Amino acid sequence: MSEVFNVSTNPHVRSKDTTQTIMRDVLIALLPASIFGIYNFGIDALIRIIVGIVTCMASEAVYQYFMHKKVTVMDLSAAVTGLLIALNIPSTLNVGFEIMGCVFAIIIVKQLFGGLGQNFMNPALAARCFLLIAFTGPMTNFVTDTFTGATPLAMLKPNGEAEGVASNLLDMFIGKTSGVIGETSVICLLIGAAYLLVRKVISLRIPLTYVATFAVLIFLFAPGHQFDVEYMAMEICGGGLILGAFFMATDYVTSPITPNGKLVFGVILGLLTFIFRMFGGSAEGVSYAIIFSNLLVPLIEKVTVPKSFGKKKPVKEAAK
Amino acid sequence: MGKCTFKGGVHPYDGKELSKDKPIKELFPAVGEMVFPLSQHIGAPAVPVVAKGDYVLAGQLIAEAGGFVSANIHSSVSGTVKAIEPRTLATGGKCNSIVIENDGEYKEVEYSPKKLEDLSRDEIRERIKAAGVVGMGGAGFPTNVKLTPKNPEEIDYIIVNGAECEPYLTSDYRRLLEESDNVILGLKVALKLFDHAKGIIGIEDNKPDVIRLMQEKVANEPDIEVKELKTKYPQGGERCLIYATTGRSINSSMLPADAGCIVHNVDTIFSIYMAVIEGKPLTKRICTVTGDGVKNPGNFYVWLGTNYRQLLEAADGPVGEPEKYISGGPMMGFAMYSLDVPVAKGSSSLLVFQEDIVSKVEASACIRCGRCGAGCPSHLLPAKLAGFASKNNEEGFVKFDGMECVECGSCSYVCPAKRPLTQQIKAMRRTIMANRRKK
Repeated sequence: MSEVFNVSTNPHVRSKDTTQTIMRDVLIALLPASIFGIYNFGIDALIRIIVGIVTCMASEAVYQYFMHKKVTVMDLSAAVTGLLIALNIPSTLNVGFEIMGCVFAIIIVKQLFGGLGQNFMNPALAARCFLLIAFTGPMTNFVTDTFTGATPLAMLKPNGEAEGVASNLLDMFIGKTSGVIGETSVICLLIGAAYLLVRKVISLRIPLTYVATFAVLIFLFAPGHQFDVEYMAMEICGGGLILGAFFMATDYVTSPITPNGKLVFGVILGLLTFIFRMFGGSAEGVSYAIIFSNLLVPLIEKVTVPKSFGKKKPVKEAAK
Repeated sequence: MGKCTFKGGVHPYDGKELSKDKPIKELFPAVGEMVFPLSQHIGAPAVPVVAKGDYVLAGQLIAEAGGFVSANIHSSVSGTVKAIEPRTLATGGKCNSIVIENDGEYKEVEYSPKKLEDLSRDEIRERIKAAGVVGMGGAGFPTNVKLTPKNPEEIDYIIVNGAECEPYLTSDYRRLLEESDNVILGLKVALKLFDHAKGIIGIEDNKPDVIRLMQEKVANEPDIEVKELKTKYPQGGERCLIYATTGRSINSSMLPADAGCIVHNVDTIFSIYMAVIEGKPLTKRICTVTGDGVKNPGNFYVWLGTNYRQLLEAADGPVGEPEKYISGGPMMGFAMYSLDVPVAKGSSSLLVFQEDIVSKVEASACIRCGRCGAGCPSHLLPAKLAGFASKNNEEGFVKFDGMECVECGSCSYVCPAKRPLTQQIKAMRRTIMANRRKK
């Protein structure tokens, strides 16, 4: 027995969770909304979901291969980006445009900045905003066989371009309205969010402060709808707020790492979304609010460094 | 009563079922070499008082404290001093050690038992010092020094650390279960040293039977309270334990005594009892031998100086060819490259893993999930600190309180990207401490 055994510094055990299991959990959590999207918008939605995932994973693999980097597509982060892009576009969008968005997200936003963990902006949302600016018409064309016309949120928009009666709240909650593939069903999104919370993949810090801040601002200051509970509920259920708050604002890479920073981040998101939705040119505001806030993350982290344990006068002295 | 806890921490698989139901078995050392390192404690090494060729008895002083912060060392067996030479320790380093050839007769010196009532405070401290009692949770701080704080009148609590938050270890559990009366007596000895100190026995709630037993035993002791702790690593870390049981918090520049607390491991308290009441020096301790790499895990009453190989044999040997041997728990223990090392005062266990998980995981990019920070009992941002460490940015590391790290390993454990955070932070701390000493 003169052999030498393995040594390493402590700890000698590791948790079972890996980047891959976390990303897999996010994919699982997005399943209900994806399935509802397919049910709602038909085969078009399914095609766009598959195209999104495949394009993102393929562009990451190809880029890493040719850059002589370790190919890390199996961590599934690209699949999450792909699915989120698909859920953030209308089912009628030209598949070519979607592919363009996916390549933009993975190559430009993610890989050029150093790959997973280094991107300063949520790749899926960056792609959505890119598509919105580049192809405004197709990106806001929600006419399908099932639905025609504007999203409920566009109808709610003060002095908005869309006229007509806003959908009823129950339809919005269940998701039988028009919109991008994954945003319509609040209930499905909440089921997925609950799964992420139970699995402790996300905490309520960002989504709750985000939605709460937004709701309070709407309730108190929405032009023409002050103290209107129904209007507030519709604003919460409409558009991409729930999808954004639970699945995109909580993106680890582009949200603050500090516990208090997450709260600040949520408040800023709520405020920006309120401003963009109420006073901006478009009915939507979530995407821009999130990618803008992504840029503030380093600053937020700088001012919210947690106080280390015991770094104060001991209780005993303080009591004297 | 609510369960006591702290903010942060992680929940590793605890593996205690392997050995928790195995009663403590005394493990008689084999005839042959017994090795007594001169440094089994924090502080100056002990100075040998025997020479090569001397015959010593079990319980005889073989090295005396080499300073105020130091500890006596006694032989656990009778036999002849074979050599005084450097030997490898469980922690990997080498240390001058007294090697005694065990003659297998176990002839003992005479001990002088005393009653607690008959002893003065100075006598108690003297007996603890003479017996060479040190902290047996691993750190090895001389116990008599700990029990002689600058302002003894400010000590409010003596906390017995029965958390045993390290996975797999069951030695404190067995000690509390089998020797509860003597542990309580040991605590009373310590309490007698202070005017108004209260005793707290903190036990994690994954040991409900022991909590119940101890609660019954202290029912008539107005000065001793059993507190139920939430099962969470590192609940038994000194700072976490003090906070959980008393609500007081200390940082790296403070001693527990600054918050009016003294913390002792269960086995240390038992050794205080042995030293003061029975008059016996510290020559034996409990070791858990466990893990999926041993055939028959168990808890053993081991004579100090025993070779780790004998520990392994006591558990019926290895299963196959284990890849990893650890002295201590899986979170803070030391991986050993050789089993040819002696059991010392701080050796709480031999943990054997068939598979070395750490060598199989590969670090990937940090995804900034923040789990390291959420698990950090010192409320630090390990991902950030590791970043400073990799850039050798001393200033940033200190600014973000890297020196407050207790090296508990929670961040590395919990990291989904399997980054060696603890390792990077530990290395940086060593560099900074070395630089500070140079100045």
